[in-house]
Amino acid sequence: MEPSMLQMPAIPEIIQLIPLKNYLILSTALFVIGIIGVLTRRNAIVIFMSIELMLNAANLLLIAFSSYKSDPAGQVFVFFIMAVAAAEVAVGLAIIVMIYRNTRTTDVGFLNKLKW
Amino acid sequence: MNPTLSIFYFLSFLTVLSALMVVFSRSPIHSVLYLILTFFCLTGHYILLNAQFLAAVNIIVYAGAIMVLFLFVIMFLNMKKEDEEAKTNLTKIAAMIVAGTLFVILFGAYRKSIIGAYNPYEYNSQVGMVESLGAVLFRDYLLPFELASVLFLIAMTGAVMLGRREVGERHF
Repeated sequence: MEPSMLQMPAIPEIIQLIPLKNYLILSTALFVIGIIGVLTRRNAIVIFMSIELMLNAANLLLIAFSSYKSDPAGQVFVFFIMAVAAAEVAVGLAIIVMIYRNTRTTDVGFLNKLKW
Repeated sequence: MNPTLSIFYFLSFLTVLSALMVVFSRSPIHSVLYLILTFFCLTGHYILLNAQFLAAVNIIVYAGAIMVLFLFVIMFLNMKKEDEEAKTNLTKIAAMIVAGTLFVILFGAYRKSIIGAYNPYEYNSQVGMVESLGAVLFRDYLLPFELASVLFLIAMTGAVMLGRREVGERHF
């Protein structure tokens, strides 16, 4: 091992200065904004984008914890979440296009056959 | 004020602001553009947290591939002018109460909880680099990695199947 490796490793400034709770609050705020979007909007595509926001809130939190604890497993998990999100978007947008082709709208209030 | 601190607070502010604009802007095109801005801000956070590999992947996969797919579908469906009549005010107020309650509950839980600080003696700043993540990915998580490829194959087949025109379908 090189002598420089034996010294105290370089710790990013952000980890020394910012407590982990700030990242918790930030990602909770993002998640809550996503929930507001899912509950208040009617356009299926905007609802889909709000789901992406919630996924990214989870990603940010996983990366923050993994970076503060210096554990690579959390970042590998984020990588898998991104892969699953890409697959989800491909299938979900195909479904939305199919709905639009059949009903000429992407309003979720229009598709209420399964409501009760 | 320390530049790192100012960058953190500026990025956080911009992230929350553009996320709010995603939800509250009228036109879906503006929503997508604000979502791209949100993803770039999150990439800035990842770089601050020393996760270079995921920062690059976030730009390539989210801002590159997924958002182009969204934009393409919105332009394909020609939804530029949005005449969405708002949901009833009751629904909106109920949604705000649900979201606000969730935020307050989680915030209260964080205030009471004790989160351990980082360990300065065992800290490894190379964790987020391609080299270390690749070693973990191909040693400990090899099976999920291969299963992800199967998932992509199924998703691709499913998207093609869903997009195909059926025989009895109405045409416009």
